[in-house]
Amino acid sequence: MNMLTCKDASHLVSEQLERRLSFRERWGLKMHLWICVNCRRFERQMNFMHAALRLLGKRAEVADDSTEFPPEARERIRKVLAERSDHDHKH
Amino acid sequence: MTDNRLGSPDTWLDEHGAALYKYALVQTRDQHKAEEAVQETLLAALQGRDRYTGGASARTWLIGILKHKIMDMFRHDAREVQLAEPEEEAYLDEDEINAMFIPDGHWRSKSSDWGDPEDLLQRGQFMEILQRCLDALPPRLARLFMLREVMEEDSENICQELAITPTNLWTMLYRARLGLRQCLDRNWVGNAVQAAARG
Repeated sequence: MNMLTCKDASHLVSEQLERRLSFRERWGLKMHLWICVNCRRFERQMNFMHAALRLLGKRAEVADDSTEFPPEARERIRKVLAERSDHDHKH
Repeated sequence: MTDNRLGSPDTWLDEHGAALYKYALVQTRDQHKAEEAVQETLLAALQGRDRYTGGASARTWLIGILKHKIMDMFRHDAREVQLAEPEEEAYLDEDEINAMFIPDGHWRSKSSDWGDPEDLLQRGQFMEILQRCLDALPPRLARLFMLREVMEEDSENICQELAITPTNLWTMLYRARLGLRQCLDRNWVGNAVQAAARG
């Protein structure tokens, strides 16, 4: 089996976050990472970015007080909702 | 009965408005779009409140709706900007990707050591720099990347919603990841690692 190049390996590192690699791909990547410090670092960087981005999503989901919800927008939406509610009641 | 847990629609805005807005703002990076997404979400919730089963908290249920609304907006925008897309900083096109490797497929330059991730995450304004680097991605790529990585949307769903093939999606994610890595490398990691070395 031909050795993977760094370029091939970098694609697989990214794709293993998206799909299950085939046995052959996994094995090839493992062999490559074993001998290649640059790709080992690349893999750690990708995994780290992946984790940090998820953290960003989690923070967005839990935090509610740090960002001001513009009061004008709030009032505008309140009106729209009230109108829609009334409308629904009448029908 | 389920209404007890969902509360009355009058209270949604006060109880969940800020959280929904914040969530939408992180995803859309645009105040007006975030406001619009919140409004659309609450209207949809009003209309569909009979479908709330009480299985999840009201907040979770509303965020679920919000995610769909944001996805709709992205899909709509994707159609609009697809034709003319400015080349921007954190985007790596095929040539730029190729330039990162020498012809035999090895890296042209060494990958930098980002050190201990946990430690780096604690260090200063990482999240702000990450956000700035995300903002530097071209809009279409950024949206796709946010959907997948931040909102953790299913690959299959994204492909279906945006009418692209999985291979297409993987290539775009690969480019976004390399662009983001380069941006982080330049703007944050290098400095942070040096600062750490100086003690």
